[in-house]
Amino acid sequence: MNALHLKKGSSKHSAYDLKNPLGDHLETHTLTVLVDNEAGVLARVIGLFSGRGYNIDSLTVAEVDHEGHLSRITVVTTGTPAVIEQIKAQLGRMVPVHSVHDLTVEGASVERELALVKVTGTGEKRVEAMRTSEVFRAAVVDSTLESFVFEITGTPEKIDAFVRLMVPLGLEEVARTGIAAISRGT
Amino acid sequence: MARIMTGAQIVVQALKDQGVDTVFGYPGGAVLPIYDEVFQQNDIRHVLVRHEQGATHAAEGYARSTGKPGVVLVTSGPGATNAVTGMTDALMDSIPIIVLTGQVPTFMIGNDAFQEADTVGITRPCTKHNWLVKDTDRLADTIHQAFHVATSGRPGPVLIDIPKDVQFADGEYVAPEKARTSHYQPRVKGDIDLITLAVEAIERAERPIIYSGGGVVNSGDRASQLLRELVAATNFPITSTLMGLGCYPASGKNWMGMLGMHGTYEANMAMHGCDLMLCIGARFDDRITGRVDAFSPDSFKVHIDIDPSSINKNIHVDVPVIGDVGHVLEDVLALWKERGSKTSAGGLDAWWRQIDAWKDVKSLAYRNSEKVIKPQYALERLEALTKGRDRYITTEVGQHQMWAAQYLGFEEPNRWMTSGGLGTMGYGLPASVGVQIAHPDALVINVAGEASWLMNMQEMGTAMQYRAPVKQFILNNERLGMVRQWQELLHGERYSSSWSESLPDFVKLAEAFGCKGIICKDPADLDDAIQEMLDYDGPVIFDCLVEKHENCFPMIPSGKAHNEMLLSDAAMSDAIDAEGAVLV
Repeated sequence: MNALHLKKGSSKHSAYDLKNPLGDHLETHTLTVLVDNEAGVLARVIGLFSGRGYNIDSLTVAEVDHEGHLSRITVVTTGTPAVIEQIKAQLGRMVPVHSVHDLTVEGASVERELALVKVTGTGEKRVEAMRTSEVFRAAVVDSTLESFVFEITGTPEKIDAFVRLMVPLGLEEVARTGIAAISRGT
Repeated sequence: MARIMTGAQIVVQALKDQGVDTVFGYPGGAVLPIYDEVFQQNDIRHVLVRHEQGATHAAEGYARSTGKPGVVLVTSGPGATNAVTGMTDALMDSIPIIVLTGQVPTFMIGNDAFQEADTVGITRPCTKHNWLVKDTDRLADTIHQAFHVATSGRPGPVLIDIPKDVQFADGEYVAPEKARTSHYQPRVKGDIDLITLAVEAIERAERPIIYSGGGVVNSGDRASQLLRELVAATNFPITSTLMGLGCYPASGKNWMGMLGMHGTYEANMAMHGCDLMLCIGARFDDRITGRVDAFSPDSFKVHIDIDPSSINKNIHVDVPVIGDVGHVLEDVLALWKERGSKTSAGGLDAWWRQIDAWKDVKSLAYRNSEKVIKPQYALERLEALTKGRDRYITTEVGQHQMWAAQYLGFEEPNRWMTSGGLGTMGYGLPASVGVQIAHPDALVINVAGEASWLMNMQEMGTAMQYRAPVKQFILNNERLGMVRQWQELLHGERYSSSWSESLPDFVKLAEAFGCKGIICKDPADLDDAIQEMLDYDGPVIFDCLVEKHENCFPMIPSGKAHNEMLLSDAAMSDAIDAEGAVLV
């Protein structure tokens, strides 16, 4: 008596092989989340993403209103449109969350990231690194005879480009903040 | 006029001010100051469970059967970790419970102190929200907020972790009405434009179905009344999820039985074939939908839910109404009446004829036996012999749970306590104790399987201590029946670890606990035995030896659509060709 007509000895499952019916067209969205600045709030947000299998491409958090104990989280995430909607709804129902905005769909916005880039080298490479940093409007925030630390601000793509150019010029290490974002206009 | 008290006194005062009359708990080193305060007062009754998981399920039973939040008090470390399953269960089924845990003193947190665990860390994903209170002055405020969070919006479990030094220290007590107002204020009124779209859909629907769920119970008695009014006024057929049973009476003429994996043929076929689905306080769980890309392909879907994250999570809906079921139904009914109470009468007549034809399949029919008690028969007799009584049913998890949902009729909400979302074996016995504590004079029956029941059987001690005359109706097939069924259907009949070896003698076990034990294995004796159980003034363990290989039907195998139900063993063995059992 084998209702699904499976061969005796078969271990075929049914439900687990199903494809995601919501489609697999991926989008990247930048969300800003205003939260109570209380213990564990970042762990809650990160736990939501890991527990439900959502992606975090970038995440920044800092207090933005000391009096009101509010922090702002900027999270860049990738998923299908349905998953992005779920992420917003899941964030929105969390008790310490005051608001969730999807900057990717709510009009124009500005996104910036800051990076500190350490480059070591001497001679022509050092000069070329300096020259390139001027093109990118990176600032030198630390300097020795064999090294620079550049501070560069911009879109993630600009920083990517700068870091790529530094590789042959003696790139040592990179520290990036992740994206902070805000909507344009009023 | 600040009232200065110790943290422990604040806890007890805050509970009293929140109207708490019962706390389920278990003491330990890190909650001794609170237990000392509990000892010195008589307003709040403390029920000593035998395991912290039992406390959480008892609190769930209390909450589900009263509509009030349940309260749990346990110690740090193992006390808190033992409560994790119950909190997860409450989260999945949206049951409001407040769990108070002791914690090691603030200056020892992080030191791997004795009975220390990162309770807020561990319970963050299994609570709606949780707090670690490090300052006695914040304690009262936090407790009041916790009650607000647990009971508003989509209800759920919350936890407050209270270090022992915070319990000893003095702090200011704040009354509930003076507590800080939370910005957490979920909307309860639905958007009127969307409600208008829902009403228009009701007016033009020719093949409608109402699919209601646990959200109706959570919304309160008024929501159930409005649901009944809507069904009566529109003459729409209604089905319900496991969690929503009782909101519409099983004796009502529009009732089609439960839907989903083990739902009735008529309910699932109507879900598949409808042109309007009114989902009211349910969440398109995978046990309901079956294969999602074949779920109710031709229907216009209206979804009423208080939780925005339930919308479009599994199934895309056409009209999402975010709000409390009671409020939204009130507006739906008012608007529909104002517009002339129209329905498509001709369409409905044809639809009901179709539904009646599906009903004629009699999907809950089973082949009875004179030699052995069929579990379905046992439940039919239990139903017949308890009809008309103020009856509360809890269940464990498995085949018996589905049979209970199929063969017992629920006339009112809050009479059916079961672990739906998490599927927690071991839920039913402690839940039955919690229900009985809340309703001392009611008939409370835990319909159990022997394997589930053993998972929390220590709670019989609690039932005895508090004279809670709970009836443990164990359908004993000496198998993990649902596991066995899946192994038969999906795993090549390899019955890996799915039988109950070395079972206790349940009658002797009952005697050991000091209650009554009854064993029954002959169908001819069943009525008398059940009556004996009902007549006994005290807890009973009823060992009902049933057919060992009975399968639970109808069944939508996972990964299949609603119209691909399996109807019965009989259909399969008679047809020989297993394909014949898969009705399309």
